[in-house]
Amino acid sequence: MTTTPVVRALGDLAHDSAHAGATACACAPPQVLADRPDGTVVRSGPVVAKAHASDSEPPALAARLALAASPRLEGILLPALPAPDGPPGSTEGRTVSLWPYGTPVDPSDPDAAPWEEAAVLLARLHRTPPPHPLPPMGGPVKAARAVARMCAARPGDPAVAPVLAAWRGLPGWARAESPAPGHRNGFLCHGDLHLGQLVRHPARDGPWLLIDLDDTGLGDPAWDLARPAAWYAAGLLPSGTWLRFLDSYRAAGGPAVRAEGDPWSGLDVVARALTVQTAALALTKSAAEDRSPDEVEQLMIDACVRIASLPPELVSERAS
Amino acid sequence: MIQCPKCHAQMNTYNRNGVQIEQCSGCRGIFLDYGELESLTRLESQWAQQAPQAYPAAPPAPQAYPAAPAPAWGAPHQGGHHGGHHRQKSFGRMLFSS
Repeated sequence: MTTTPVVRALGDLAHDSAHAGATACACAPPQVLADRPDGTVVRSGPVVAKAHASDSEPPALAARLALAASPRLEGILLPALPAPDGPPGSTEGRTVSLWPYGTPVDPSDPDAAPWEEAAVLLARLHRTPPPHPLPPMGGPVKAARAVARMCAARPGDPAVAPVLAAWRGLPGWARAESPAPGHRNGFLCHGDLHLGQLVRHPARDGPWLLIDLDDTGLGDPAWDLARPAAWYAAGLLPSGTWLRFLDSYRAAGGPAVRAEGDPWSGLDVVARALTVQTAALALTKSAAEDRSPDEVEQLMIDACVRIASLPPELVSERAS
Repeated sequence: MIQCPKCHAQMNTYNRNGVQIEQCSGCRGIFLDYGELESLTRLESQWAQQAPQAYPAAPPAPQAYPAAPAPAWGAPHQGGHHGGHHRQKSFGRMLFSS
């Protein structure tokens, strides 16, 4: 990976923060954990420095960082370290935050992933009254961006048609065109849950915590269950794993789905949105790599084909 | 126009194979008049009798887990872990990306 100025600056920040004042050390070189337009993350020993997306709004990010520091969220969200130049710092025009390093989920063993713990953390997050004003949860905006990127990556390509048709069948609030219905809104939500958003802190054996608050805010808590729900509905996630996740969420009193019975009245819209988002990203990525979607990506696209073929009156406009 | 007994929103009428059903524009609940459920059941059994000619019945797939409810657009074969190494690897990447 090419070392960019942002990566170098983050590595220096993380290293300096890990042991301020030291003149010489035998630290391993900083390690790039992610380098994307929506977030560059570099680790040095116990400290991780993150440059947020260049279009992220500093007041919104400050509210999200304050949320992680709130005593109400202790044991749920990983709190940030004090930022380099007071909260928050900046590198190359991008806002920077510092975090303690936590041990991530082992990507080579998704079966051993902490599905139950993730579900309980989400239920606790959703049940926590917001301690201060927060921006809306970023899930619908993320889905809309994924669709726009797909259209830009594959102009005139008929492959996008079923994904777009499934997208157009969603209610406006799931496409970031209007606020979520009042009775579903106003819950604390992570906004971008996947298995990369969990770490053990303190590393390696501490409790699991949620990280990456760039999309965190107020909204419909079902959105945080939508990605696993979409994987399950598309036939990727085994039903046993899905039920472990869902049952743990329900047992912890999570408000996104009814306590008993069919959960899909609360999940249908959001799972369709995440199916569209995932299929759109798959078509964008495969176009950039000049290849066809692989078997797994195709399953998400196939799910969009089925969504697009549903009679409109049998698609629930909104969950209970 | 009928009003939904549950949420009081307006109900719209649809025709499904000659059977009128009322669906609420708010909560999406469905209202069936007297005899309509029986009509739908009859249509379903007619369909089931016709179906085997077009689609021979497949042997039931072994179920490693109890069946969980799924949406109307869910995959016909809830698989999960079937498929080769490549599929596992690709799904592994998907589990960890935004």
